[in-house]
Amino acid sequence: MSQTKDILKNNLWDNNPILIQILGICSTLAVTNLLSNTLIMTLGVSFVTALSSLTLSAIKKLIPRKVRMIVQTLVIAFYVIIVDILLKAYSPEISKNLGPYVGLIITNCIIMGRAEAFAQSNPPGLSFWDGLTSGLGYMSVLMLIAFVRELLGFGTLFGYRVMPMAFTSGGYNWTIMVMAPSAFFLVGILLWISKSIMLKNETGGKK
Amino acid sequence: MSPILNPFSLFFASIFTSNILLANFLGMCSFISISKDMKSSNGLGLAVTFVLVITGMANWAVLHLILIPLGLEYLRYIVFIVVIAAVVQILEMVIDRVSPALYMSLGIFLPLITVNCAILGVVLFIEIRAYTFVQSIIFSLGSGLGWWLAIMALSAIRKKVDKAPVPAGLQGAGITLITIGFMAMAFIGFSGMLQVQ
Repeated sequence: MSQTKDILKNNLWDNNPILIQILGICSTLAVTNLLSNTLIMTLGVSFVTALSSLTLSAIKKLIPRKVRMIVQTLVIAFYVIIVDILLKAYSPEISKNLGPYVGLIITNCIIMGRAEAFAQSNPPGLSFWDGLTSGLGYMSVLMLIAFVRELLGFGTLFGYRVMPMAFTSGGYNWTIMVMAPSAFFLVGILLWISKSIMLKNETGGKK
Repeated sequence: MSPILNPFSLFFASIFTSNILLANFLGMCSFISISKDMKSSNGLGLAVTFVLVITGMANWAVLHLILIPLGLEYLRYIVFIVVIAAVVQILEMVIDRVSPALYMSLGIFLPLITVNCAILGVVLFIEIRAYTFVQSIIFSLGSGLGWWLAIMALSAIRKKVDKAPVPAGLQGAGITLITIGFMAMAFIGFSGMLQVQ
């Protein structure tokens, strides 16, 4: 029981995939300008991470070391195809918005990272839990970024208008929030905040 | 989708305004970790450009000559990633045989490239935007050069930033990401001139 709790805490904060390891931001940052896209995308990533960790942990004894990487990639690609087909069937609109980025979940470093670092040496159940919580840690950070970007860029949250219309029109709108650079700035600032808190905790603990 | 017919526009748009890294966020993982060192950045940039052009051509051919005629498009992710892995593997062997000197400088980067999002990203863009064979070559070459340019620029900036008094919490990845943000702003500044769709 305590082990599952440790994994949860570790993946959500102490070892957060984005804030600490800076992994896997490649494919998902691009869709963080809208909350709904980000939610679907990160759910997809969590799904793939959890199930591929589970699968790879279950079959780890059967895979020769030499072809490990390619087997991992194929298992991941298999789950990504499932996500892609499900999205196309149930929400074609979002699938179209996400464009190539659904396919790019395959090369998301978090999934490979968890498979390599955790699933290799742990039982399937724990690996599944580890993959899922990594996905959640990933989701929480990206949702925060998407929240700021959608609120300041479009004045909406999940497509509902929150800010007055005047906020996003009439030449005062923050076009930069809709475009790529803002995502880099926001991740940078989040890293700054989280690292400062951690540094403070460290020095506080020593005193 | 309005494909840009002029190959020069496509070439420059894929290097600058629609830079694969700064506008589409592809290839970030290795970008941040490798850009610490200028020499490795150069090697990786060269390797990425090289692999991009070859996989761009190979995957275009596989898609249009095998997958679409057989109606197997839903398998494309698996097929693309296998083609990329195979091309990287073959390339590694060929370079090792033909030019050991080049192998020494590129060798360690080649395995990393299989899981570089920029490669798969470019292949998927080629598919979604329905480029022709020639357009695919131009687009993948431009994207590769754009990635190379971005990583060289960043590693040069990081050399200077290393000596600057950065606040403790911002050191390392934090300041790097903010630097990338400024670079992205500069690159996107060109987007009034031309855009690639």
